[in-house]
Amino acid sequence: MVKIGVLALQGAVREHVRAVEAAGAEAFVIKKKEELENVDGLILPGGESTTMRKLIDKYDFMDELRKQAQEGKPMFGTCAGLILLAKNIVGYDQPHLGVMDITVERNSFGRQRESFEADLDIKDVAADFPAVFIRAPHIVEAGENTEVLAKHDGRIVAAREGQFLGCSFHPELTEDHRLAAYFVNMVKEAKEKQLV
Amino acid sequence: MKTGTDRVKRGMAEMQKGGVIMDVVNAEQAKIAEEAGAVAVMALERVPSDIRAAGGVARMADPRIVEEVMNAVSIPVMAKARIGHIVEARILEAMGVDYIDESEVLTPADEEFHLNKKEYTVPFVCGCRDLGEAARRIGEGASMLRTKGEPGTGNIVEAVRHIRKVNAQVRKVVAMNEDELMTEAKLLGAPYEILLEIKRLGRLPVVNFAAGGVATPADAALMMQLGSDGVFVGSGIFKSDNPAKFARAIVEATTHYQDYKLIAEISKDLGIAMKGIEISTLAPSARMQDRGW
Repeated sequence: MVKIGVLALQGAVREHVRAVEAAGAEAFVIKKKEELENVDGLILPGGESTTMRKLIDKYDFMDELRKQAQEGKPMFGTCAGLILLAKNIVGYDQPHLGVMDITVERNSFGRQRESFEADLDIKDVAADFPAVFIRAPHIVEAGENTEVLAKHDGRIVAAREGQFLGCSFHPELTEDHRLAAYFVNMVKEAKEKQLV
Repeated sequence: MKTGTDRVKRGMAEMQKGGVIMDVVNAEQAKIAEEAGAVAVMALERVPSDIRAAGGVARMADPRIVEEVMNAVSIPVMAKARIGHIVEARILEAMGVDYIDESEVLTPADEEFHLNKKEYTVPFVCGCRDLGEAARRIGEGASMLRTKGEPGTGNIVEAVRHIRKVNAQVRKVVAMNEDELMTEAKLLGAPYEILLEIKRLGRLPVVNFAAGGVATPADAALMMQLGSDGVFVGSGIFKSDNPAKFARAIVEATTHYQDYKLIAEISKDLGIAMKGIEISTLAPSARMQDRGW
């Protein structure tokens, strides 16, 4: 069984743990950077990206996160997690991890009253995926090697670049674990490759 | 595409879990809070301890203050409306506030009915002292709960009482047989359907934060340890000697609430915390937690 960590500095950790377990992997709550080594893949959950970044810096996670990204560890960012992964953030000089070749815009659908649910057609995952968008970001631009997996209203809301998977919405807030299962598969494939 | 669904409204609060929501009265304080790692700010005209000191009728904040705070930060902004004040709530919703606190810190506008929160697109947080109150608020459409505690006292004792009570009652409901739930609903004054949902989930269907008396990093960690999903800090931060440092320390203590060495470190040289009030010295009319039902 592959081991998947959920970065637990702040945000919707419990829901991701449940989704990972439902998708047939073992879930680990990551509160310290030393714990990152023990997992085969990492989920950066939804929450407040500014808060998570402060805590990432405070506990010195950044170098280790970037190193593991470089070494090929699969990472899945949802909402705030997507912002953490992106190489460019509209209106900001510096990215956070800056490992996935996408440009994202924060709160791009508006404030909380504009938050919404919609069914999405996600390539290789589902034609009718229930997606919950909460003060969500969207992907303004995807790099050459980034595959767009889903759009809503013409905006990119899910994408994959090799080992990195990101989405604007919160798959962990529903009972539909198909996107979690897709990531679990990515982790399995990456692990098998390492063993060969 | 649907806005204002339960999933969207409750989900917003789920994203705040493990975080600290701070009371602020202007843009400058809001920026200090954001910089310290707050997951949201509560825009107010006065913090609870000043509301206590000022006396008189406490109302929704001046919309200009709320607007100023909304423009100052990129994290979510909450604001308080009086219990049952339909129009204050609608005003805050129209302004685009991200969450409304139907709050006992303000003077109630209606002594019989709380807001029908299901009718709003914006989500609501409400205070509770026990499971009956929690379930009634959820029944009315609250998407997030918090303990009432005793706001503006810097005394954690009431918040501790409330979180222990709610969680003990949740455990009892979860352990009960379904055929016992209707009587429990009657005894608690709780909607039966909400108790069924609690039993099915094994927990409350919405997050429950600590509020009303958190004054130190250790207080915040205590409330997390007792099962709170996150922490509201009202007067505690900006009534302390060094708000920025205090705010950062409370954020860290909330994240690592079981790392006592770390909490010891961050609690060093914080300066003087807000002066507290012993609950038994409060006149009955000064007890904010007894507002609402």
